[in-house]
Amino acid sequence: MFVQGLRCRECGHAFPAEALHVCEWCFGPLEVVYDYEKIAAATSRESIAAGPTSIWRYANLLPAVNDGAVDLGAGFTPLVRADRLAAELGLGELWLKNDTLNPTGSFKDRVVAVALARARAMGFKVAACASTGNLANSVAAHAARAGMRHVVFIPADLEAGKVVTTAVYGPSLIAVDGSYDDVNRLCAELASEQPTWAFVNVNLRTYYAEGSKTLAFETVEQLGWEAPDHVVVPVASGSQLTKIAKGFRELHKVGLLDEEPHVRVSGAQAEGCSPVATAFNEGHDYIRPVKPKTIAKSLAIGNPADGPYALDEVKRSGGGLEAVSDQEIVDAMLLLARTEGIFAETAGGVTIATLARLATKGVVRSDERVVAYITGAGLKTIEAVAPVCRPTATIAPTMDAFNAAFEGVEN
Amino acid sequence: MATVRIPTQLRTLSGGAAEVDVDGSTVGEVLKALDAAHPGFSGRLFDDGGVLRRFVNVFVADEDVRFSDGLDTKVEPGQTVSIIPAVAGG
Repeated sequence: MFVQGLRCRECGHAFPAEALHVCEWCFGPLEVVYDYEKIAAATSRESIAAGPTSIWRYANLLPAVNDGAVDLGAGFTPLVRADRLAAELGLGELWLKNDTLNPTGSFKDRVVAVALARARAMGFKVAACASTGNLANSVAAHAARAGMRHVVFIPADLEAGKVVTTAVYGPSLIAVDGSYDDVNRLCAELASEQPTWAFVNVNLRTYYAEGSKTLAFETVEQLGWEAPDHVVVPVASGSQLTKIAKGFRELHKVGLLDEEPHVRVSGAQAEGCSPVATAFNEGHDYIRPVKPKTIAKSLAIGNPADGPYALDEVKRSGGGLEAVSDQEIVDAMLLLARTEGIFAETAGGVTIATLARLATKGVVRSDERVVAYITGAGLKTIEAVAPVCRPTATIAPTMDAFNAAFEGVEN
Repeated sequence: MATVRIPTQLRTLSGGAAEVDVDGSTVGEVLKALDAAHPGFSGRLFDDGGVLRRFVNVFVADEDVRFSDGLDTKVEPGQTVSIIPAVAGG
């Protein structure tokens, strides 16, 4: 591990590499400080290629050491060329980072693997989180494997699939009457009273968030060590987008990319919860919190902790930020499934619908190499498409019935 | 009299106390009284222009004051004012 300590992103105060996430002077977020010279000396494309087919091939750029007791194999998911979808959207070279194929079906396995490896090294015995569902799945699964006790907090109105796929890993799942922001506030307060619990996205957040950099690392490696021109990333807290942008820069910093990449970063939100997109489109440099109301529950964070940084990354890189309607989300989930064989959760619909919008507006261009991040699996949110995904026909088990039913069905 | 809940990061200022009772009928008054009782709070919570820092969230009875009247949000006697770091979640 090449971690030197932590530093406040706002005021620069230095802190030791402990379970701290907030600067006690200005309340800014803490960032991990690495010794990049040593990482550069210890890391090559060859050493990475010789590593495991998981996020841990990039261990030198992560603030934790692989811990087999926690590891479920997160990361190194396929990057697939999406020509049929590109044709529908009028784009050229389009790729999809298919993170539905993680152990618990979302990108959260990346951040949880890092957070809990770090937590165990620090001696924590209890894993906890505030979650919109995907994180709940992942914390419960990884903690179960590691034999850690886990306490997972979710909003009570979560999709049934996400409740079941968390509770299956054992107790304790606490459903809170309120929004995700209410759950998050409760956990932020609890973290003060339960200092022996590793809340992955509260007191371990500094380490946890770094796991999302692997989405950038893998993309570049899978493109033959070339950076994309433009990426489209869903925005909830804004952490994932911010860390993907950081990941591209770090590859240059440690010599894995010869030239500094200039990746345009665009963000995707749902209309029913679009505080970052609203700030972008109204030209504000602050984020006004909102009360979410959208089918994209995994993105329903009305008070996004990294919203200002995500906004900065999008502006600085020349990207765009759009907010799409629930109908556009469902249509995009169906489009992605129909053209590329990938069933994404609602957040994937948000990303593809935003990509479509940005393509129409000319923000994402057909001469760009584009990567869209599909961060969660569709089986988690079947409610969204269930009303329109039915059998084409229900028939008697006879040839005549089939022929009668199948006549006129386009295939 | 209102009860202010103090986050871990600021408990060095409150002598380790998780809750402090102070007077005030608005959030601004309560936080001012908190600084009078335990000097140093204002410097942590407000920037040089006297505006709440962007990573500080303040709640009255579990409601973010930005959905109400900010520092002018009314605080009824016996209500709890919570100071909570914004950097969490996601």
